[in-house]
Amino acid sequence: MSFELETAAHPENLRRVAIEPLSRVEGHGKVTLLLDEYDRVQQARLHIVEFRGFEKFVQGRPFWEIPVMVQRLCGICPVSHHLAASKAMDQIVGATQLTPTAEKLRRLMHYGQILQSHALHFFHLSSPDLLFGFDSDRARRNIVGVAAAHPDIARQGVLLRKFGQEVIRVTAGKRIHGTSAIPGGVNKNLSQEERDFLLADIYPVIAWSRDAVQLIRRLFEQNLSLYTSFGRFRAHTLSLIRADGAMDLYHGGLRARDRDGHTLFDHVEYDHYWDYVFEEVKSWSYMKFPFFRSLGPEQGWYRVGPLTRVTQCDFIDTPFAERERREFLAFDEGSASGATLAYHWARMIEMLHAAEMIKELLHDDDLMGEDLVTSGTRQERGVGMIEAPRGTLIHHYRVNEDDLVVRANLIVSTTHNNQAMNEAIRAVARQYLDGRKLSEGLLNHIEVAVRAFDPCLSCATHALGKMPLIVELLDAGGVRLDAISRDN
Amino acid sequence: MTRASRLIIGIGNPSRGDDALGPRAIDRLEALNLPDVELLTDFQLQVEYLLDMEARKEVVFIDASASGEEAFQFAPVTALADQSYSSHALTPAAVLAAYERHYGQAAPPAYVLAIRGYEFELGEELSKRAALNLEAALAFLAGRLTLP
Repeated sequence: MSFELETAAHPENLRRVAIEPLSRVEGHGKVTLLLDEYDRVQQARLHIVEFRGFEKFVQGRPFWEIPVMVQRLCGICPVSHHLAASKAMDQIVGATQLTPTAEKLRRLMHYGQILQSHALHFFHLSSPDLLFGFDSDRARRNIVGVAAAHPDIARQGVLLRKFGQEVIRVTAGKRIHGTSAIPGGVNKNLSQEERDFLLADIYPVIAWSRDAVQLIRRLFEQNLSLYTSFGRFRAHTLSLIRADGAMDLYHGGLRARDRDGHTLFDHVEYDHYWDYVFEEVKSWSYMKFPFFRSLGPEQGWYRVGPLTRVTQCDFIDTPFAERERREFLAFDEGSASGATLAYHWARMIEMLHAAEMIKELLHDDDLMGEDLVTSGTRQERGVGMIEAPRGTLIHHYRVNEDDLVVRANLIVSTTHNNQAMNEAIRAVARQYLDGRKLSEGLLNHIEVAVRAFDPCLSCATHALGKMPLIVELLDAGGVRLDAISRDN
Repeated sequence: MTRASRLIIGIGNPSRGDDALGPRAIDRLEALNLPDVELLTDFQLQVEYLLDMEARKEVVFIDASASGEEAFQFAPVTALADQSYSSHALTPAAVLAAYERHYGQAAPPAYVLAIRGYEFELGEELSKRAALNLEAALAFLAGRLTLP
């Protein structure tokens, strides 16, 4: 099946524009646009070279090594992989209910990851576009420009990120490559000293998070038409949800809604997710395209992540974030709740929620308990699911009687959002690029749309000299007509 | 708490072939138990590393290099607001620039030890050529660190 602007009728007669790789999007991201002689966009595709070698990487390894090993898939969200793999291995060892200390320590680690990831995304990856304009001077459109014009915002971004990293360090046992989550629980608790260390900074963190929500709200108010229409598209939605309908980023059942907000399925146990979600392969992309089985590949694609979670939950069980969720939904009669740029607003609401949850957990003595691990009847299959910063993350393993992993499947949030990101860039191409001479500023509009999803493919290597951005204008025969490089 | 005068940060993914050169170098340096030196390692640099650079007399970044003729290159690096600024992975120059904006003062003297790597696939071991380059780079760095 094919979507509008996915495949041009006669590509051989068109000019090709490639943005490769995307700046501020990790890994091998590339957008190609095919333009006709009148600069009309005939085809727009986002190609992401997703890493699919992890099965080989983990096959034959003892299952208890996996939660640590999978952190090496991604340098951006290793904690999410650590926890999703641990949840899968909980099932392998038959740990159906973790001890309070184990679950709360994992949750604290997860909220630290959400906080630092959302802070990085908003303050450093996206705020330059949002504060200066999508086609503003690109020499200024970076975090240095933000630091010069808005020093307090830049400083808060650094300190929020650092605090989240400190939560991870304390709970995971190490600054990177944490080891604390293990099959059936955790191998450490939180000491009084560690708790006091984190409590010392939590209140300014909450205050800065509240300010960040107000900042993105003001940006919407100041640019209402642009922000609510930019790259807008309609999609089905998928997220985990707590049994009582509350937002829960660590655990829950699956909730899916259609484009009109009607429930497709709700509170579904995720250990048979394949009955509900399937993946399609397309010849032009390395990354799979997941869809709801009940609707099929053409109609069943969906989006995940902060915007879905904030709009799909019934409530958030922390007071400041819940107040912001309600105001977000009511804003301009609900116009923001389906806007691509509202990913940023939802992300800041989640960052505030994470900060509030960290505070709540730090006052819970269960974190310092001694009962760390549990187990039950050994299983051969384990599925772990978590709401990672960018969206739903699935880890699925099969382990043989020798305790070795024989099969693995991961569906990361960037894969869930594959079709949604393609829809966003096609909307932007129609809105801003169609029929116009291309410039760096116009091409950045495409990147702004992709960045709203914060796709993360940092499983790609980052050795020196491997992170250029090249924009190439090619003719139909593949001959380079022009190129812009962002590699300094 | 007093900070060590020197900070050495090894950058790279230990499970991605020659991308492991940075963390491998840190492992080897840890075994030397060098005085007044703090060692850190991460998959990539991000903006919060500017906080680690405060009150240092020298910072050294060790990373794999995907290009270059020599086994390694050691060169000073200065603050530069390059386009990695808004990336998930910052360059050393960008972190230095972020430091200067954050603290309003010059960043400490900094150097990049770029060790030539060749293969960067997940699950691969360090290549033989990269391993030789690592030895050469460490010999150079150890000599430099023992100088007054």
